[in-house]
Amino acid sequence: MSGVTTLDRLRLRDTGRIVSLDGREDLLQRLMALGFLPGARLEVVQVAPFGDPITIALDGWRISLRLGDAASIAVEPANGRTSSRTEVP
Amino acid sequence: MATAAPALAAPARLATIALAGNPNTGKSTLFNRLTGSRQTVSNYPGITVHKTSGTLIFPGGRTATVLDLPGAYSLAPASPDERVVFDVLAGRISGTEPPDVVVAVVDATNLRRNLFLVSQIADLGRPLVIALNIVDEAEKRGIRLDAELLSRRFGVPVIPIVAKTGAGIGALQQAVEAVMSSPAQFAPVVWSDPVRSALSILRESLSPALASRLGPQLLPRLLFDGTTVTAAGNLDGNGAVSGPIERARQALRDSGTNPVTVEAGTRYRHIDALLDGIETRPDPAFASQGYSIDRLLTHRLFGMMIFAGMMLAVFSSIYWIAQPLMDAVDAAFAMLAEAASSGLTAWPMFRSLVVDGLVPGVGGVAVFLPQILILFFFIGILEDSGYMARAAFLMDKVFAWCGLNGKSFVPMLSSFACAVPALMGTRTIEDPRARLSTILVSPLMSCSARLPVYVLMIGAFIQPQFGVFWAGVALFAMHALGLFTAVPIAFLISRFLLRIRPLPFLLEMPPYRMPRLCDVGLRMFRSGREFVLRAGTIILAFSVLIWAATYFPRPEGVRGDLAQRVAVERGIPIGEADALLDSELAPVLRSSYLEQSYIGRAGHLIQPVFAPAGFDWKITMAVLASFPAREVVVSTLGIVYSVEEGDDDEVAQRLGDRLAAAEWPDGRRVYGPAVAIAIMVFFAYCLQCVSTIAVIARESGWRWALFAFGYMTALAWLGAVAAYQIGSLGFPGGAA
Repeated sequence: MSGVTTLDRLRLRDTGRIVSLDGREDLLQRLMALGFLPGARLEVVQVAPFGDPITIALDGWRISLRLGDAASIAVEPANGRTSSRTEVP
Repeated sequence: MATAAPALAAPARLATIALAGNPNTGKSTLFNRLTGSRQTVSNYPGITVHKTSGTLIFPGGRTATVLDLPGAYSLAPASPDERVVFDVLAGRISGTEPPDVVVAVVDATNLRRNLFLVSQIADLGRPLVIALNIVDEAEKRGIRLDAELLSRRFGVPVIPIVAKTGAGIGALQQAVEAVMSSPAQFAPVVWSDPVRSALSILRESLSPALASRLGPQLLPRLLFDGTTVTAAGNLDGNGAVSGPIERARQALRDSGTNPVTVEAGTRYRHIDALLDGIETRPDPAFASQGYSIDRLLTHRLFGMMIFAGMMLAVFSSIYWIAQPLMDAVDAAFAMLAEAASSGLTAWPMFRSLVVDGLVPGVGGVAVFLPQILILFFFIGILEDSGYMARAAFLMDKVFAWCGLNGKSFVPMLSSFACAVPALMGTRTIEDPRARLSTILVSPLMSCSARLPVYVLMIGAFIQPQFGVFWAGVALFAMHALGLFTAVPIAFLISRFLLRIRPLPFLLEMPPYRMPRLCDVGLRMFRSGREFVLRAGTIILAFSVLIWAATYFPRPEGVRGDLAQRVAVERGIPIGEADALLDSELAPVLRSSYLEQSYIGRAGHLIQPVFAPAGFDWKITMAVLASFPAREVVVSTLGIVYSVEEGDDDEVAQRLGDRLAAAEWPDGRRVYGPAVAIAIMVFFAYCLQCVSTIAVIARESGWRWALFAFGYMTALAWLGAVAAYQIGSLGFPGGAA
């Protein structure tokens, strides 16, 4: 299935492709400077012990961000499944 | 004659080379390679960002100043660090010429992302050389880069180096010298038509004077960063700039272009075109190299255990390893004081200045060095290995809700040993809001200098009356007090007080790398030297001031009056009584002089303020005299209660007995458990530590240093009054 969700809803080991970014101007500017551009592939590689923040792999390097900021990034899950939280009955 | 040719004798202006690049690119290692130990740390004018510069000597003997700019991912000036990079490269720092050459340090394993900053820097028009660092690691990961091909495509020299081993440094120096005489330009980005017309709208709407002063290079930054540039106060006459920016941005929006995202999109397209056909991504088989132990180190159980173990090691090193070194420093200065004391008997005032003011002042600076060096040793290892980012990742959730972040943990933990090195350690926190909050609450942690106060009070008033168990509870409670107060205070400060926009918490997880001991050593050297030169002078000045307040005015009559009183009390001739004041009764004489000093008078004057906490004038005076350092309260009480000198344990024991016997004029006991607890609470909260104040001033400015002193003193007073008032209800037979 396809469908667009946000980065904060991906689970550990999920991969996806960035569809769009939407949020605070300075957050967007920073994310895009770091290479969070529509079309970029990413993978959730770590989740912190308290569930937040998460580390993602992007373009061969790794960065961690808080779930609140990750919610600004719309992604299309690439491995055929979305997080259970996003599934519509 | 030498004076005949002044023009020839005048030295040429020293060239400046700025090192710029993303964090974790090995920029500082390259800086250390180029400058060795010829380094200084200062501040950029008007802001609290540290300026690290050094001297480079080229093989030909020519010298240049090298500036190690803070690491940044982008020139959009959202944080003070990024603002400095932008301001230096754009020549916007008053009294500083823009650099003659910019060396962009680029991580060869992550070329694409690194080039984003390079392309922004290139637009500012400074001559540029690219240092392609960690090419060895890139090769191991299957990335082969042809530097000559890159040079041709970029239009600037690209020099492959390995800063850690020194490979390629010679070629880099040659390229820098060559670029000085014939500047090279990085392939310029080509803006789309809507952007170009928005830029010309911007230029035309600005006043001609402003437009020419800004120059064409700064206009794109103004358009893309908009309010962040003007809000940062970078550009004079905010109103004159924000209107034109909005007009130009509106024009962009009208043509269907998003002014916030257009820059990154255009630059990355430009970079992708430059890198077309060049392999920049690691071979998938090697991609996770350098990350393999992350699964263990960030595991929710084992990762936390390893983290706890490491932090325990750091903390116990600061606390226990530093102790013998600090004792050695103390002993050395005590010997120095003794030598000065016996050598200067002929000049009592000067002797007191040296023995009670200067020597303890200098010693009070030197005593911090072991802790600073040890903490920065660990910070160096943690940062350079890449573990600090993981520690921040693990702890972030715990701190995020009260406006701090994961990187606040190490400074706050270190504060339990001593706030001075801990506050210097907050430099690892990029977010200015989290950093300032951490600086403002860390001094609440109960540091080792509070311990002598607790030990004295608990030993004299809690343990004898309530036993060892309650003594332990009291000691633990005193340590918990600061921690549990710091969290809500941090929340209040960052929620209601700090008008700084928080940075999004975006933290790169660099691959694990072996730290280079030389880099760690230079980091320790820089921080130690900076502390002595900058904070040390303030600490020394205050030590001398407080000495003067405890020494002067030293009225002539004090000695005569005391001798007369002794003669009458003991029924001995006045000459004999006077002689006793130099031997047996010397402590009483010292105590009388102290009572008559400015600080003694201030103690009497201010005592009513502290009366609700049960403090008499002697405690009040000891509080004032302990402004240089909390532990001074013990020795001041020792003097004011005429305790004979001896070793520390004897003095503490005798002082405890004297305190227990002290009475108000009407015969009530001054001290009881309630007053003892009030004094401990006061010292748990107060900022009676000139070293901490000096370091706060150094790290974030005098305004915040005064704020910290003010809020902690208010908290201390409230806490002491509450403790005394509640305590005197609960402990009948106490002071009240």
